[in-house]
Amino acid sequence: MATAQQGILDLLAPYPPGWGGVLLTGAVSTVAISACAFAIGLLLGTGGALGKLSGNRALRLMLDLYTTLIRAVPELILIVGLYYAGTDGLNRLLAALELPPVNVNGFVAAVAVLGFVQGAYMTEVLRGAILAIPTGQIEAAKAFGMGPVLRFRRVLLPALLPNALPGLANLWMSVTKDSALVAVVGYQELALATRLAGASTKHYFIFFLASALLYLAITLASNVVFKLIEGRVRRGQPRLA
Amino acid sequence: MSFTWISSYWPLLLTGAWQTVALLVISVVFGFIIAIGLAFAQVSGGRLTRLLARGYCTFFRGTPLLIQLWLLYYGVGSLLPMVPGIRQSLFWPILREGFFFAAVSFTLNYAAYEAEVLRGALLAVPKGELEAGRAFGLSPWKLTRRIWLPRAIRIALPTIAGEIVMQLKATPLAFTVTVMDLYAVANKVRQDTLLVYEPLLVVTLFYLALTAVIARVLRGLEAQVPVRR
Repeated sequence: MATAQQGILDLLAPYPPGWGGVLLTGAVSTVAISACAFAIGLLLGTGGALGKLSGNRALRLMLDLYTTLIRAVPELILIVGLYYAGTDGLNRLLAALELPPVNVNGFVAAVAVLGFVQGAYMTEVLRGAILAIPTGQIEAAKAFGMGPVLRFRRVLLPALLPNALPGLANLWMSVTKDSALVAVVGYQELALATRLAGASTKHYFIFFLASALLYLAITLASNVVFKLIEGRVRRGQPRLA
Repeated sequence: MSFTWISSYWPLLLTGAWQTVALLVISVVFGFIIAIGLAFAQVSGGRLTRLLARGYCTFFRGTPLLIQLWLLYYGVGSLLPMVPGIRQSLFWPILREGFFFAAVSFTLNYAAYEAEVLRGALLAVPKGELEAGRAFGLSPWKLTRRIWLPRAIRIALPTIAGEIVMQLKATPLAFTVTVMDLYAVANKVRQDTLLVYEPLLVVTLFYLALTAVIARVLRGLEAQVPVRR
């Protein structure tokens, strides 16, 4: 038993004969992909939500198509499809402009695809959060003569954050897990690093368990962070039950 | 865009659709049964069962399904042959298949998500209805079977529809463990004909159709439950 324990520790050691370092690097790139995709999704989602609420019919129709399509199609198909379509489309565009084709970096492709998917979900979360703001608050801001930008920054944003935060936290959890799907198109993050480690040592069980625990650690840590942020954006609000 | 390949891949597409539906139905049915146990363990269990059920849900909701699937297929799958006598046993042909591992991991994963939904629903059943049942002298078991659980399922029904669709959208992962599901068919067509978008498009339409069917069936189910307004 003692020797077996030693063996496991050796396998997970952080420097080369062990694979711990590879797994940790994978975990870092998983967090990096997720964070960048989340940020892009936040931008797209804010734009999408404001666009949907702007009252422009053509814009709303387009955004409806975007959100419905993305939310209806399985994530794996989206990721694979957008990965091929994105790199292919970019190179065709470059060819049309008579520029040399580029090899899209796996990280950039992963972030772009996941961010595009996140954007659709964020649009809906943020739209709901904005709709939940009492109209009186926005009217008051208008009555004070605030411009749209100032109004967004001072009234809309602080008022929508408490409404949107639970949804945003869910989306963060799902993007950290969806980023594992990027392994299928061959970008090295935690899931693929784990498979590599397993394939070269034949100790699949240990490595997949270790990476599951790493994902779990990411989730639990995010839970704590989101709880702190929620306490911050809800400051001054009466507490319910 | 060219769809001439469809005529020769039509049977394969149907097999793929069948595999996808089979995975979905197995994981939803068995997952739901496990979820009922998990939800009750969390709502009315003792300290230890509560802790275990909570831990189960946290683990399966906190890790990606892909990792769970690979942990089972590569990890447990590579340990299984070490069990003495298992290769000769009746079950080996099933235990060798990717489909088995996909079905088990999807079931366990679905159970964790569904348990959370049911837990909320169990807590949302009006207290008065449970008290009425008790006043009628129903035993705890009968109360659960006749009032508590049916009411909770009714409350959770719209959410369950959403969860089933989410589960459908997770099934393509099975292709990574050699299951010939719908998505795997699209992959095969790509390898054979070098067409990337057309097979993905066709398969996506299949998924959308399945989503529509699920939504329709659950709406019908919801309509079956009498509500007084």
